[in-house]
Amino acid sequence: MATIVQPLQETLPTYNEVTRDVAATLGRPKKGYYVLLGVVLFVLAFGAGALLYQIRMGLGVAGYAPPVLWGVYITTFVFWVGIAHSGTLISAILYLFRSTWRTSVYRTAEAMTVFAVMTAGLFPLIHVGRIWYAYWLFPYPNQRQLWVNFKSPLVWDVFAVSTYFTVSTAFLIVGLIPDLAAIRDVSTGWRKKLYRITALSWQGTDQQWRHYTRAYLYLAALATPLVLSVHSVVSWDFAMSIVPGWHATIFAPYFVAGAIYSGVAMVVTLLVPLRKIFKVERYITTRHFDNLAKLLLLTGLIVGYAYGVEYFMAWYSGNQFERASFWNRAFGEYWWATWTMILCNGVLPIFLFFKKIRRSIPALFVLSLFVNLGMWFERFVIIVVSLSFEYEPYAMGHYTPTWVEWAILLGSFAWFFMWFLLFAKNFPTVSITEVKEITPMPRKRPVQA
Amino acid sequence: MKKKRYPSGVVGAFSQVDAACDAIKEIKQQGYEDYIVYTPVPNVEVAAAVGHKVSPVRRWTLAGGLVGVTTGFAMTLWMSYDYPLVVGGKPLGSVVPYVVIAFELTILFGALATLLAVAYYAWKTFQHGPHEPRFTNDTIGIFVPCPVEGRQAVQDLLLSSGAEEVRVEEV
Repeated sequence: MATIVQPLQETLPTYNEVTRDVAATLGRPKKGYYVLLGVVLFVLAFGAGALLYQIRMGLGVAGYAPPVLWGVYITTFVFWVGIAHSGTLISAILYLFRSTWRTSVYRTAEAMTVFAVMTAGLFPLIHVGRIWYAYWLFPYPNQRQLWVNFKSPLVWDVFAVSTYFTVSTAFLIVGLIPDLAAIRDVSTGWRKKLYRITALSWQGTDQQWRHYTRAYLYLAALATPLVLSVHSVVSWDFAMSIVPGWHATIFAPYFVAGAIYSGVAMVVTLLVPLRKIFKVERYITTRHFDNLAKLLLLTGLIVGYAYGVEYFMAWYSGNQFERASFWNRAFGEYWWATWTMILCNGVLPIFLFFKKIRRSIPALFVLSLFVNLGMWFERFVIIVVSLSFEYEPYAMGHYTPTWVEWAILLGSFAWFFMWFLLFAKNFPTVSITEVKEITPMPRKRPVQA
Repeated sequence: MKKKRYPSGVVGAFSQVDAACDAIKEIKQQGYEDYIVYTPVPNVEVAAAVGHKVSPVRRWTLAGGLVGVTTGFAMTLWMSYDYPLVVGGKPLGSVVPYVVIAFELTILFGALATLLAVAYYAWKTFQHGPHEPRFTNDTIGIFVPCPVEGRQAVQDLLLSSGAEEVRVEEV
C-alpha cells in the first residue's frame, strides 16, 4: 500500500521484530494502567452524574440565558468534531499521497477520530435536553406525517457527522484486520480467541489482498472529501445564519484548517505518552514528531491568517454590527477568552519554525496542550461571544457556564480517554502491516535500477 | 479428526520476495491454476507475478455512490413535497441545500458498498489451504494443490526457485 521513499527509523526492524514489538504492547496491563483507567472512570462517573442531574432537573441547570442559547455543549461538540479530523487527514489523505511517515502514527490518529466523533455526537443530544427524543433528528415515517427540514444546516450536520462516524469506523476496522490476524498468530489464551474472531478468517492470501487493497484505496478516496465536507457543514451551522461574527464565507476553510490543527495537536498529546509507555520509540521517532509539528505549523498559520482576515473583513465591510461584534470579542467582557485563543493558536505555533522545538518532544507536548486549550476557546469565542452581542443592545446578554456544564465537559474527556485506553491495550496502536510495508523484504537479487 | 477442506499438495516457504515471484511464474508455466500465495503484507511484485485482474470492488463503490446520490436527491425532494412547509420563503424543493445531503449519502453508500464488496469477494474467492502463523508474520507461503504423482516435480520447482522449506500437505 505504501511506497518506499526513505526509512524513518535509524535501523529498519525486521518483519518479525515489528510483529513482536507491537504484540508486546498488548500484554497484561501494569498497575499504572489500572490506576489511570480508574481515574478516568471516576471522572466519567462525575460527568455522567451531572448529565443525569440535568436530565432530571431540565436544561435550567445549564447556564443558558437569552440570547445565549448555545453554550459549552455546542462549543464542545465543535471541539470534538474538530479533533476527529486529523485522524482522517493522516490515515486517508496522507495515504493517497503515499506519505510513508504516516505508517507508524496513523492507527492512533484513526482510533482517536472514531472516539472523538463518538464523544462529539453526544453533545447535540445533551444540548437539546430531552435525549430520549434524539431520533427526531432523522427522517423516519411517523404518525404526525412530517419530515425533517432538509434546508436546515442542523439536519445537514446530522447526516455529515453520522456519515463521518460510519465511514471512519469502517476505515479503522478494515485497516485493523490484517494486523489482528498477525497478532492472532502469535497470541495465546483468551486473546487468541478474541483476535481469531475479530480477524475475520484473514490469512493474507493473494485473493484477499487483491480485494482488500482496492477496498482500502476506495475507502481512503471516499474519506478524503468527506473529512473536508464534515467540518464545512459544521461551520455552516453558524455561517448560514445572520449573526454578526458568523455570517462569513471564510468559515468553511477556516473551520477545516482549525479542525486539522486541533486534531494534530491531540495526536501529539496522545503519542508522546503512548510511545514511552508502550516502548515503541523505535517506530514513532523524533522525525515523526517533526512532521506532525510541520503540519501543526502549517494549519496554525492558516488559522492565524483566518483570525486576521476575520478582523479585516469586519473593518473593511463597513458593517457597524460586524465591527462592533469583533471589537467586543477583543475588548468586551470575554476578552480573556479571545486573547487565550489568539495566544495559543496564533502566536505559539510560530515557535515551530525552529527545528529545535519541532524535534523536542517535551516542548511539542506542552505546545499541543496549549493548542487544545486554544481551540476549545476559539469555538467558545465564535459561539458564545457572538451570540451575546448581536444587533439590539436591549437583547444582549451574558452567559456563564454552570458546574453542570463544566462537569459534563470534563466527563467528555474521560469518555474519550476511556475508549482510547481500552483500545490501546487490546488492539495494535501501531500498524503492523503498514510498518512492514515500508521495510523491504529480503531478496536473492538486488533491485534493478 | 476433523477433515481438512482442501486438497493435498505441496507447501513452500520463502523469505525472499523475488524467489517467491520466480516460483509463482514457474507454477503458472507448469499449468497450475488453483495455487494460493500467502504474504504478510500486500506486495506489488507478488501481485504482478500472480497476475490477477483488477478487483471488481470498484464497481460496487461506484454503484453505491450512484445509489447514494440518487437516494439523497430523491429522499429530500419527495419528503419536501410530502410535508409541504415553506421555510424562509424558499421553494419547497430547493435543490442547492439538498446537495449537502446527496453528497453525504454518496459517500456513505459508496463506503458501505465497498465494505459489502470486500466481504463478498473475500467469501467468494476464499480458498481453504494450509495457512501457517508465519505467513502473517515474515514468510511468504505458496500452496500448490497437486496429485501424488506430481508432487516431486512441484517440490523441485519450489526448491530451485529459492524456497527455504518445502513439505507435502496430506489431507
